[in-house]
This record gives sequence, C-alpha cells and structure tokens, in this order.
Amino acid sequence: MRFAIRSVLLLLLLACATAQAQLSIEITGGGANQIPVGVLRFVGEEALPQSISDIVEADLQRSGRFRMLFAGNVTPLPSEVPQVDFGTWKSRNADALVIGSIVRLADGRFEARFRLLDVPKQTQIGGVAFTLTAQQVRTTAHRIADIVYEKLTGDRGVFSTRIAYVVKQGSRFELQIADADGAGPQTALASREPIMSPAWSPDGTRLAYVSFENKKPVVYVHSLVSGQRQVVANFKGSNSAPAWSGDGKQLAVVLSKDGGSQIYLIGADGSNPRRITNSGAIDTEPFFAPDGQSIYFTSDRGGSPQIYRMSQSGGEAARVTFDGSYNVSPRVSGDGKTLIYISRDGGRFQLKALDLASKQGQALTDGQHDESPSFAPNGKMILYATQTNNRGSLAAVSSDGRVKQRLSVQAADVREPAWGPFFNN
Amino acid sequence: MKKLLAVAAVLALLAGCASTPKEESKAAVEDRSPTTAVPSQPGVTTVVPVAPTGDQLPNALKDPNNILSKRSLYYDYDKYDVKDEYKPLLQAHARFLAQNPKFKMLIQGNCDERGSREYNIALGQKRADGVKKMLLLMGAQESQLESVSLGEEKPRCTEATEACYGENRRSDMLYGGEY
Repeated sequence: MRFAIRSVLLLLLLACATAQAQLSIEITGGGANQIPVGVLRFVGEEALPQSISDIVEADLQRSGRFRMLFAGNVTPLPSEVPQVDFGTWKSRNADALVIGSIVRLADGRFEARFRLLDVPKQTQIGGVAFTLTAQQVRTTAHRIADIVYEKLTGDRGVFSTRIAYVVKQGSRFELQIADADGAGPQTALASREPIMSPAWSPDGTRLAYVSFENKKPVVYVHSLVSGQRQVVANFKGSNSAPAWSGDGKQLAVVLSKDGGSQIYLIGADGSNPRRITNSGAIDTEPFFAPDGQSIYFTSDRGGSPQIYRMSQSGGEAARVTFDGSYNVSPRVSGDGKTLIYISRDGGRFQLKALDLASKQGQALTDGQHDESPSFAPNGKMILYATQTNNRGSLAAVSSDGRVKQRLSVQAADVREPAWGPFFNN
Repeated sequence: MKKLLAVAAVLALLAGCASTPKEESKAAVEDRSPTTAVPSQPGVTTVVPVAPTGDQLPNALKDPNNILSKRSLYYDYDKYDVKDEYKPLLQAHARFLAQNPKFKMLIQGNCDERGSREYNIALGQKRADGVKKMLLLMGAQESQLESVSLGEEKPRCTEATEACYGENRRSDMLYGGEY
C-alpha cells in the first residue's frame, strides 16, 4: 500500500513536470531474427492528446528486436479478436499483432484496452485494460510495450524504466532524469560546479552522485521522492565513485582520506566507513556484482589500469582483464555473465564486453571516446557516453553490438548516463 | 510533524486526482492501472556555491614578481611525479606555510579529458598527493594541507589539442580564501 501511494504521488508529480530540451534518438543497425509485428492504431485514440499506438510502436522499434510492419492503412480498425483479418496479416508474414481501443470514462479519464495476438495461431496471447488520465499516455504506452516485448521475446521490457545523466550547458550543470526513450526530462539538481557518477539505488528511489559544489568531490545521496539530499562522504581529500550494494543499504565509495584512492564500504546514510582495499596503487570504480559476493573495480596495481574482482569483505583481488594497457569502468550484467568496460586501443576509448565464463572478448562499438557504460536492467542494451561533433552525447548499443542508438540534446553537452532499475509493483 | 505533513500531502494529492484501477470484468483482458512507479523528484535542488573572498591575503602571494604567486605544476600524460623544475616553487610555498602556520592550502589535481572520469579523479588525486607529500617533507604541516582531485571536470582549456591537454594536466595550490 505504501508503495501504491508513493507510485500515485510520483505519477502526479510527473504529470506536473514542465517540458524541457529533450533527448532525441536516432537508431542505426538492426538485430538478428527480428520478430515481424504490426501495431494498429487503437480505435478511438484520437481522444488522447497523443497517439498511444505510435509510442508503443516506437518503443518496440527502438529495441531492435522487432520488424515493424506498416499498419497505417487498415480500415475498419479492429478492437476485438473476431474483427481481425488474420488472412491478410498471415500473408504479410506477421508473427504478432497489437490492437486496442480507447474509451473516455464518465470521470474524464480514459480506459485503454489492448490485445496482443498470435497471427499464425489466430489467438490472443495477452491483453490488459488500463485506466489513465490524459497525462499518463506515455506511461501507459510504455507499459503496453513492456508487456508485448516480454510476451514475444521472453525478456523483461525496459520501456518503463528511467535514465539519469548530466547535462552541461555553458557553466551550468544539471543532473537530469528522463524516461528510457529520453522523453520527459526533469532536473533533480542544478549547480555551477560539476556533477558526476550518478548511480541508482536498487529500488530506483535514490541517486548517489559526486558533486563539486565544495571545490572538491563529495558524495551525496539524493531522494527522488522527497528531493532531499544528504552528504554521504565528505572526508578530507577526495570522495567519489559511489556504487550501491544489492540491498541498497551500503555504498562502495573511493576515499583518499588515508592516502591514495582506496575503496571503502559506507552506510547509505554515511555511517561506519570501512576500508576494503589496501594497496599503494589507485583502486577505484567499484561495482557490486549481482551475485552479492564480489566487487569489480579498476586498479593500476599491476602497472596499468586493469579490472579486478575481490570479495565484498575485501582480501585478495583477482585480475580480470589482460589485453591492452588501459581497461576501466567495469559493469556486470544482471545475470552475472557479461562484464562490460572501456578499453583504450591506440588513442581510442571503446566499449567492450567480456563473457566471464568463456573469457571471450568483443568490441561493441567502433567509438573513439566511449565512457561510463551502464546496462539496461534486462541486460539487453548498454547506455554509454560518447562524443559527436566534439560534444558529449549519449548512445546505446545492444549487448550483441548489432543495434545502435544515439541520443542527443541540442546545444548541450550530455554525459555520465546511468540506466535505472526495474520497478517492482 | 514532518511525517504528518508528508502523509497529509499524499492524501491531498490522492483526493485530488489519483488514478485508481477500475473493476473490469470483461473476458480476456487483465485490468491494471498504469502505475509503474516512476519516481520523479518534486523539484529542482539548486546549489549556489560560496564565492572566494581572497582579499586579505598578503601581497607576497599575489605579486607577479614573487615566486609565491606561481601556483601551478604541470605533468606528462599519465604521469603524477613532480618534475625537478618545480622543486624551488614547492620549497618557497613550504617555507611560507612553515612561517605562517595559520595559513591553509588546498591542492587540486587535474587531468586532461582522455579516459575514464573516475579514473581521472584518482589520477588527479595522485598528482595532488605528490605535491602535498613534498610540501610536508619541506616543512609544511599536515593540518595546513588538503590534497583533492578535480579529475577532468574543470578543464582550464577545452580544445582537443596536445597543448590544451598539457595545460589541463596540472596541480594548483590555493590558499584559504582563494577557493
């Protein structure tokens, strides 16, 4: 119940958000074995301020896992299964079809009903009715796309998740949060000093980050529910690289208070800092592995920056990357199978993936300036920072490297992306 | 009290325009409200930094003919050792700090823009720590010094050229009141 109240409150706040410069998305490449799908216009959707079927279609398209079939010429539009002309869709090799309807309710809200149909079998494989306000069209469309995606691919959809990133415009820095498609950006923090390294708490209600407002790096935790923020690490020297433990109770941070950059665990409220690395070298960029046992981090203890793994309680570290002289920014997929990181090759900084079982590595991009990678919570896409025309921009690539998206904001430098978690409700 | 206010606010909003799932009994569709909890901050937190007030500093620190007015050390790519050419500069500042125990210094290490932002924080820290260590050996007190890193976040020069990168691989020494 608490969660339900919070959800509603948050949605209301979201609905009241003002529009700002939005990330625009450009997609290149396509996945293998794309599923052919038609998304029909929902009967009666003209009553909504924007087309709900367009947003569902754009979501599915962006994932790279579907081949969208043109469905703009269907008349009359079906809203129920018996009205569907399966023969035509079969002849167009459609595997699935999305149909729906919008009805205005007496209280001014709307009901959106959609059905997902298996075309070869001529059966319904999913259907949900939502009650929504005119401000909830995007949210509802993302929910529908998530359901379609999961039914057809077997993987959970991430269209309802959110991303955080930092925008630099002139001398102003803003920590922003937007929908996974870049829509509805909102500013959580504005400052004239840099902001970096945002990290989502596992429940998606808080962001940890580093802010330079005190002329040095200090780690904060910022509640997205209350807007309140708290200093978590402000020791003598530098405080940076926050990472959340799986239970959201602790952070790993990098402190220089005892000399050199070393990794510490600290309560999410700033309590009880304890050191877990003990090297005379640089140890930084901690990341909690999803197994709940280990931490991946970057260290130059072997003479060049490489990725290591150690127990969350500290102790011996095992080197994980061996190729090249600069491998940094480790992140592990939710299933624990894939390590992604940034590798310097000549003068290029590229996003790479390493299968942790087979030790097979793969470059995912042909980038020059890739940095700050972060997995979508379903592990199927990776969001990262890159440069376009000498300006910071965001990009995403599928975990097999086939589908690429570029996200940009006009006239601003965008960096430090972090993909937020699933919401369980 | 704060809690009560928060609860009251939530209830007021709920009464205002909250969406609740409608009972729907028609076959073959589940009924849901579209409430994937999408958290959204209630407003923008704006940070207003305090401006430096460095006017009461002694002239020696500002006089361009005095070595103490020089505050920057530069580095080679991926390097953090203090070059020999900067030892007289550090000696002068260490002597000043030893003679003026009330003065404090913030040493900020900086990097060029290449590579990981967080790794560059650590690299800049190593640069600043190196300066601090030398100042301590030369007579400054631990309590007078703080070494921090700005990584690649505050570039003095923003072009992607070698000259610019060299300008940004730098440690700066700032006295209390100057930052």
